[in-house]
Amino acid sequence: MRSRKLFAITCLLPTLLVVTAFFVIPAVMLLFIGAARGSDGEAGLWRYLAVLTTERYRSAMISTVLLSLGVTATTLVIGGISGVFLARNRFPGRGFLVACLTFPLAFPGVVVGFMVIMLAGRLGVFASISLALGGDRLVFAYSMVGLFMGYLYFSTPRVLLTVMGVAEKLDGRLIEAARSLGAGPWAVQRDIVLPALAPAFVAAGSICFATAMGAFGTAFTLATRIDVLPMVIYQEFTESANIAMAAALSVMLGLVAWAILALARLNGGSNVAAAG
Amino acid sequence: MRHRLPFLLALSLTLLTATFLVVPALMSMLAGVTRVYARGVSSGLTTEWIIEVWRLYSDTIWRSILIALLTLLVTLLIGVPTAYSFVVYPSRFTRILDEIMTLPLAVPGLAVALAMLQLYGGFMEFRRSSMFIVAGHVVFTLPFMVRAVAATLSAVDIRTLEEGAGSLGARPLRRFIDIVVPAAMPGILAGALMVVTLSIGEFNLTWMLHTPLTKTLPVGLADSYASMRLEIASAYTLVFFIMIMPLLIAMQIAARANAGKEATP
Repeated sequence: MRSRKLFAITCLLPTLLVVTAFFVIPAVMLLFIGAARGSDGEAGLWRYLAVLTTERYRSAMISTVLLSLGVTATTLVIGGISGVFLARNRFPGRGFLVACLTFPLAFPGVVVGFMVIMLAGRLGVFASISLALGGDRLVFAYSMVGLFMGYLYFSTPRVLLTVMGVAEKLDGRLIEAARSLGAGPWAVQRDIVLPALAPAFVAAGSICFATAMGAFGTAFTLATRIDVLPMVIYQEFTESANIAMAAALSVMLGLVAWAILALARLNGGSNVAAAG
Repeated sequence: MRHRLPFLLALSLTLLTATFLVVPALMSMLAGVTRVYARGVSSGLTTEWIIEVWRLYSDTIWRSILIALLTLLVTLLIGVPTAYSFVVYPSRFTRILDEIMTLPLAVPGLAVALAMLQLYGGFMEFRRSSMFIVAGHVVFTLPFMVRAVAATLSAVDIRTLEEGAGSLGARPLRRFIDIVVPAAMPGILAGALMVVTLSIGEFNLTWMLHTPLTKTLPVGLADSYASMRLEIASAYTLVFFIMIMPLLIAMQIAARANAGKEATP
């Protein structure tokens, strides 16, 4: 069977070549550029620490982490409740409702940003409602609130699908047993459903967090005046032409996203982040 | 109905969430065919904005389709053999390769694109062509193809099938074409739909990799959101929806067909 083994090894070569040429070598190079002498005239590993020591980068890192945590928590609550609800109930129109909740899965981040503009921009839904009620034009698409809504928009379908998938496999007999022993609906949720869903929550939550940390498209549409880390990297690269700093910051951002997913994978999650 | 209250609370939250997701998409579709959105539908419906989008941006639409098809071709040619190798000869090496191959999905696209720019920015011919974007899309979509195909090959027990053919004297390449590829077809189909959908919508990498002459659909969208009136941006988004919807529906159908097969061995 030697020819077969040789064939199987040959099968790996093209992928090895492509991944090395277009990801591994560029990524290693990025690591070095982050420490090389940059347009700021300095060199060394300090640039990797700048994300903690320089005020602008640190505050961008903190607001990005806080935003991502907030989005993850909110999405888990919404996706958890709705996911369990949809998995455990059958009613007319359920299929349509699921379709309504999952179609934004394929939206690029920029389109999600535009959806927020349709909701909270100058001609948005909130603006028309507040005008009709006799108030001022309510516009918050380009603020942290708008960004939060955008991240919620692209995270909800994914978390909901993950939770639904696990909740559908939940053993109904356990719940029946708990009920017949006198457990109320809240106790059933707390003692049976939530513990069974915990791994799905960890997996979905980590993907949600990592995606929010690196989300560029939505921020690009909405956050021209907000310092979230991906936008800061982009500005360093284009406006300041400080490529070394952009490289160091993106390495740090990549490390944080990868570490979160790796941690979650130890608990059986997946390491696939989504485009935001 | 002693569980009426939790049921109603959960239903309201679910309906509210669905509204939050659906309303802006509907508003945007409507805005794309409304003469003056600020004055509402009463100003009249029109296709002039869609025609304007076609005039301004049709090149981005064709380029996105071309890039998606090229990306699909490359991921098929290199991804299917890789998935086969992963399933038939799993080793420490294939696990490491799998790990590295999946890394671009964990790392933000912005970082991957920056890295590619640093290495290939100087190769002007390559940098300026759509192939540079195809390379980025391949790095980003390849894991999806490999995973989909590997899942199918594991489910059909390809080793046994193939050993049967091997004992009849078929050469490895023959066996690959006659046995592995047909057996992997459901996975290939699912992976292909995923790759095309991801490639058409990819922005994070593409924004960094594109040049004024290699704009794709999402790059054009970002451009229209920043600089065009709301009606044109909406009409352009509508065109994107129309392109992506058949892919999503096909993906649903393929997923259901695969699930059906697994249920009846």
